[in-house]
Amino acid sequence: MYVKPDRVIDARGSYCPGPLMEMIKAYKQAKIGEVISVYSTDAGTKKDAPAWIAKSGQELVGVFEREGYYEIVMRKVK
Amino acid sequence: MAKTMSIVLDSGTIDKIAAAGVITSGAVANGVDVNIFVTFWALLKFRKNDDTPNKLSYDGADISDMVLKKMGEKKVQSGIEMIKNAKEIGNVHVYGCALMSDVMDIKKEDLDDIVEDIIGVSEFVSMSEESYTTLFI
Repeated sequence: MYVKPDRVIDARGSYCPGPLMEMIKAYKQAKIGEVISVYSTDAGTKKDAPAWIAKSGQELVGVFEREGYYEIVMRKVK
Repeated sequence: MAKTMSIVLDSGTIDKIAAAGVITSGAVANGVDVNIFVTFWALLKFRKNDDTPNKLSYDGADISDMVLKKMGEKKVQSGIEMIKNAKEIGNVHVYGCALMSDVMDIKKEDLDDIVEDIIGVSEFVSMSEESYTTLFI
């Protein structure tokens, strides 16, 4: 289910590992409970980002295929 | 305690510096600290006023114009920019090599601000000794 994000990072046009790095940067700045959304045109992000979210123990809200890009949504839980 | 990776960055070709940037990014994403020892050809590319031509490594020498053009058009981040970004996320330390600095009369202030100090090989090896892996690029 889609959750309205508190932070949206438009990393479209950035190459691997750019969008993931932008997401981690936003995660570091965010408070616990915040929802972060990343737009990426880099296909690697749709695997990299969920893998990072799982490894770091955060919550993956979803990976959504939009027109010409992916939207990855996570919640900072710790 | 976080794991540490050490990298000797010797090559000044942009594909190799980009490789160091990408690996450093992947390392900090995984909570791994990184020490980069910048020496020889790479040190020249870390100078603030570097005006040497951008080159690719031997494998790409015959198609380098095309690859460099594509990288420019697509605004691919340079390796140095990637290292800077990685430093915002994790612990990344960049050191210039004392030997090459002396040979080429390069001072710390001539180098990109990301270079925090000029150190000798022994100090770097002592860092490498504490690392789980050391790469030579």
